[in-house]
Amino acid sequence: MDIIVCIKRVPNLAEAEIEIAKDGRRLVADDLDWDVNEWDDFAIEAAVRLKEAHGGTVTAITVGDEEAEEALRRALAMGADAAIHVRDELLAGADPWLTAVALQRAIHGHPFDLVLCGAIASDGASGHVGGMLAALLGVPCVALATGLEVRGRTALVRHEVEGGLEREVEMALPGLVTAQSGLNEPRYVSIRGIRKVADMEIAVKTAADLGLAGKAMECRVRLEGLSLPPAGKGAEILGGDVDTAVATLVARLHEKGGL
Amino acid sequence: MRRILVVADCVGPGLDDSCWELLTAARTLAGAGGRVAAAVLGHGVGALASELAGGYDEVFAFDDPRLVDPDGEGDALALEPLIARGGFAAILLPHTNRGIDLAPGLSVLAGVPLLADCLALAWDGDALAGTRTVYGGKVHARVVAAAGVKGAMATVRGGAFPAAAHGAAGGAVKAEALPAGFAPRRHAIRTVAPAPGDVDISQAELLVAVGRGIEDEENLGIVRELAAALGAELCCSRPVVDKGWLPKSRQVGTSGVTVRPRVYVAVGISGSFQHIGGIKGSPYLVAINKDAAAPIFGVADVGIVGDLFEVVPALEAAVRKAKS
Ligand SMILES: Cc1cc2nc3c(=O)[nH]c(=O)nc-3n(C[C@H](O)[C@H](O)[C@H](O)COP(=O)(O)OP(=O)(O)OC[C@H]3O[C@@H](n4cnc5c(N)ncnc54)[C@H](O)[C@@H]3O)c2cc1C
Ligand SMILES: Nc1ncnc2c1ncn2[C@@H]1O[C@H](COP(=O)(O)O)[C@@H](O)[C@H]1O
Repeated sequence: MDIIVCIKRVPNLAEAEIEIAKDGRRLVADDLDWDVNEWDDFAIEAAVRLKEAHGGTVTAITVGDEEAEEALRRALAMGADAAIHVRDELLAGADPWLTAVALQRAIHGHPFDLVLCGAIASDGASGHVGGMLAALLGVPCVALATGLEVRGRTALVRHEVEGGLEREVEMALPGLVTAQSGLNEPRYVSIRGIRKVADMEIAVKTAADLGLAGKAMECRVRLEGLSLPPAGKGAEILGGDVDTAVATLVARLHEKGGL
Repeated sequence: MRRILVVADCVGPGLDDSCWELLTAARTLAGAGGRVAAAVLGHGVGALASELAGGYDEVFAFDDPRLVDPDGEGDALALEPLIARGGFAAILLPHTNRGIDLAPGLSVLAGVPLLADCLALAWDGDALAGTRTVYGGKVHARVVAAAGVKGAMATVRGGAFPAAAHGAAGGAVKAEALPAGFAPRRHAIRTVAPAPGDVDISQAELLVAVGRGIEDEENLGIVRELAAALGAELCCSRPVVDKGWLPKSRQVGTSGVTVRPRVYVAVGISGSFQHIGGIKGSPYLVAINKDAAAPIFGVADVGIVGDLFEVVPALEAAVRKAKS
């Protein structure tokens, strides 16, 4: 079976000093660490496991700048057979809709049985690209998968639904599934593994190559501005060395009935 | 003066709280003299439709055996014609699993822009504008949908709007038929509840919660010791369950367990809204995190900015000493 997996490189802000660029629409990116979006790791792993079980190919696609190639190399190291890099300055501020349009165009001409996306990208946190791409491709979609098997022309998907429940659904292929975290345990990628795929060719496509121009390049949602969250009430931060802070905390817990 | 549509989420036999939170959002967007409508989909939803009519001016009830299990594709196929003919300025969905499954596909079918997971909504001229969080809650964003004749969609975060008061009667219920050729390509086989765990953390008064900051399964010992010293149960954020370090029954959050403790000690947890969304009843919230900018400090009562590998053992020792 032929599988396409859509991945994105995102900044890891766990402990980063966050600075918003002057135009108010981007983060100052100089000191940020970047990773493959957490959810996309689960999607790549699922794709590679299905290929291992059923044969076929895995193609990774990203819409991103030059550095986004890193994400594709990682997917190749995990077992993807080919990669497509949609790279164009004109797509820099793409919203989920335009991203989905670009992905659909990039997939056009590549027959597939299954497309895998992450449930959500940790940067923009919309969780829209997968469902939009499925609709654009004219295939069914199941979001938030925690289990995935393929039997013939059917995918058996377990996914998170209302009220903390999970539902098993049968979806006719071709189709699209978005991976929720925990879907599997993504394999470890070593530096050596990345080095091994350093020379693999990656197809690069511009917006023009995909026939994207004019109205087709319009976003549906405009980012007006980023801001740091208002300071608000916030926690009382206990200062001093560890022992002092801990002693104060024990006193607070005592007052609040936590001891 | 505008007409707004809300898609109702139901859980089991009842309406989700989001139905009444979205009513507040819809009334604000409708403005004085505007109209708010709800759409409810399922099988045997008559009672739910009447209940919605206690708050909404109109209710569109899609009642059909083929809708028995909520299904993103079926719901989208059913709703698209209503949106196409409706003249709704905005279509609101809850940012629940159902909304996440339904909204993106529906927005493409209906040809309207979609804003995700909004905390606030307002009109910017004729365009729908939303406030939301990005980058793990560390940054806020203001987004504006392209204005168009077919309106705009938005999903709304749980708790972002207060629930609207609603009464016994009022709005008109209209039966809606599924479109001709209705043929979803996915089908539910069965619905499963998560396996019950060894403890029921939803009943615990004291909770110590551990997150990804713990780094490794082998390190769980220090938070187990802290929980033991406090007489608390141990719970966790989702990544800890994803890695298989603790069972799902100990995961707090929107896709885990809802807890109502008196005291909640969050260790190495950033404070995503999906995690915080599972903590109810305003406990005394303690945060231990080495990142002073972690969103958890925005909601905690008290915090220590420091390395959990130093703070947690010191806290455990101090608690044991205070108790003896
Ligand atoms: C549909 C959906 C549903 C979800 N449901 C849930 C849910 O029910 N529950 C849930 O928890 N999540 C849920 N999530 C995931 C959620 O978005 C976050 O990814 C998750 O909560 C992050 O967990 P965390 O805070 O442990 O990890 P991170 O966000 O990675 O935070 C780790 C924190 O540890 C701190 N840290 C690291 N090392 C140390 C140290 N040595 N000392 C002190 N601090 C340290 C870091 O500063 C950081 O703040 C859901 C996501 C989606 C998309
Ligand atoms: N620029 C991109 N290139 C490739 N795939 C993407 C891109 N942005 C989002 N995706 C895919 O869509 C998923 C959801 O992203 P989002 O809708 O941005 O939260 C991600 O996990 C990826 O699988």
